[in-house]
Amino acid sequence: MTASMTAGSGRAGRSGAHGDGAGAPVGLQDLSRSFGAVRALDGLSLDIAPGELVALLGPSGCGKTTALRIVAGFEAADAGSVTVDGKDVSPVAAARRDMGMVFQSYSLFPNMTAADNVGFGLRMRKLRSAERQRRSAELLDMVGLSPQARSYPHQLSGGQQQRVALARALAIEPRVLLLDEPLSALDAKVRLQLREQIRALQQRLGTTTLFVTHDQEEALSMADRVGVMKDGRLEQVAAPDELYDRPATAFVAEFVGIMNRVPGSLLGQDQVRALGTVVPVHGAAPAGPGGDVDVLVRPEGLQVAAQPGGNGIVTSRTFLGSVTRISVRLSGDLTVKVDHPSAAAASMTPGESVQVSLPAAAVLVTGRR
Amino acid sequence: MAAVASAGQAGPQAPAPANRPAPHGLRFPVWRWAILLAATAYFLIPLYSALKFAGLKAFPDIFRQSGFISAMGLSLRLALITTILTLLLMVPTVVYVHLRLPQIRRMMEAITILPIVIPPIVLIIGVLKVAPGFLLSTPYLLALLYVILAMPFAYRSLDAGLRAFDLKTMVEAASSLGAGAPATLWRVVLPNIRTAMLSATVLTVALVLGEFTMASLDLYQTFPVWIVNFEQNSGPVSVAASLFALFVTWILLMVIVTAGSWSSRRRGGGEVALFTVVRQDFGQTPGEPG
Repeated sequence: MTASMTAGSGRAGRSGAHGDGAGAPVGLQDLSRSFGAVRALDGLSLDIAPGELVALLGPSGCGKTTALRIVAGFEAADAGSVTVDGKDVSPVAAARRDMGMVFQSYSLFPNMTAADNVGFGLRMRKLRSAERQRRSAELLDMVGLSPQARSYPHQLSGGQQQRVALARALAIEPRVLLLDEPLSALDAKVRLQLREQIRALQQRLGTTTLFVTHDQEEALSMADRVGVMKDGRLEQVAAPDELYDRPATAFVAEFVGIMNRVPGSLLGQDQVRALGTVVPVHGAAPAGPGGDVDVLVRPEGLQVAAQPGGNGIVTSRTFLGSVTRISVRLSGDLTVKVDHPSAAAASMTPGESVQVSLPAAAVLVTGRR
Repeated sequence: MAAVASAGQAGPQAPAPANRPAPHGLRFPVWRWAILLAATAYFLIPLYSALKFAGLKAFPDIFRQSGFISAMGLSLRLALITTILTLLLMVPTVVYVHLRLPQIRRMMEAITILPIVIPPIVLIIGVLKVAPGFLLSTPYLLALLYVILAMPFAYRSLDAGLRAFDLKTMVEAASSLGAGAPATLWRVVLPNIRTAMLSATVLTVALVLGEFTMASLDLYQTFPVWIVNFEQNSGPVSVAASLFALFVTWILLMVIVTAGSWSSRRRGGGEVALFTVVRQDFGQTPGEPG
């Protein structure tokens, strides 16, 4: 990849009604959409602040793409509304919504050069040829593709095509930028580079952005806030660190990052016994006192120590740099993953007996699976 | 006629297998040569016989025969009108079906095959009985009928062309950039199915220049009708005219195919084949070069 963000490249002369650096606030109010018997969206509500990047994250079929397409104007909601700058845009055609979009599949027009692709939206806005060319060149420079201005899409790599698509979406100075899994067709290295570039550009231009992905790493690394969706509903919308550290539901906890399920039993509403330790319960307990529950705890939330006659046997270990992830079989088919400082993990080899325990921190509990 | 429908995904940079045999020379098996020779003989011997029967001297005489110019002119006009009508009718229809009604594509395929199933003689007799007088009095009624005859070929060419590129995403991308339906059709869709449109044109022109039954029953002297009528006056000149028609049609098709393929290849598009569009990749290569 060529130089990603050229220092000399300025903004593409934003002169729209929103003013410099000001993205528009976007609101999704109680959106519902069904396809036959399938309920793709079930009362989805979300507010996006001006200039904010919000990622919708969820498994296939959770409704995230449907939500994006409704915002773009490619689908109509059965109920609910979409507002931009406080105005309901539901009756406005996609072509008049002033939203830039980057698609999952390569969407450059094959009959146009990179520069013509970038200038297409400007042409639709009746900008004169000279101005169009100037702006196209500026945007291509911004994504580091000036040398490819006269190349046709089939002469560009996948990563380059998506960067041209990004420049094309930004060229129209959109009120809202919509990203529909734009990185999923790319290989890992290019994906990482492009995701950093998209985030840097978005922050520089201050464009309100809605980003749909099924890749949690992408969502957590790029977004100001991440909305985790399930069955057409938002389970939780929060900043990435909050989502990881304080998941609101068991689904979010298990969908985001790696999560262990350890059997436990409730002692009252706010305490649970697991791995021989009594710890406080975070949030609402799903059962009454004495009820069997699963305690959800991340690998870094468990402690492990080599101990003959301990409660588990090491089955495997994976070196991850400063920590080593150790898989421990506790009993029967219950295996947990524990992160342990690599410097102290030398003795924990497969077959060794270890003691796994819970520190005295609040844990999330859920119904027994 | 090439009739290869390919949705080949291999990018232009896809490395060839190291042990891939050379696609020429002695590796071409003997039985393939035998079939090729038999097929060549099957097609060329009648042409050679016709040429020998007519003699080269008969060719200049074609242009001096009465009715030749007007018959050829009528056929060319009909080919032009039919092609325009076919494209005007079929392009928006096929695009609309692909975009909005993909579920009826199978039904469309069945409907568009009907003109092949129904004999032209049935079609023309029915039409001549019910057509209004102002249409019966003009040869251009034939153009309307030829549109129906060309429909199976035009539909399949355009359908293959639209399958070869991501129409829905292109249309949505254009729409998100502010393009209305006419601008999207004109600037995005049509340039990308130009190869398919050329295929449809080639097939339509070939069909019109060779159609005899309907023109004969409608009592208009198109070029094929003229050849048959003239045969009674002069066998050699009539055969020379047939060969001339074959040659002209072939040249016309080659010009369209070559021009279409050259223009399309420049943009990484498909080759013009007479039935379908052989897809080339629009840059599926993951990652960055170098």
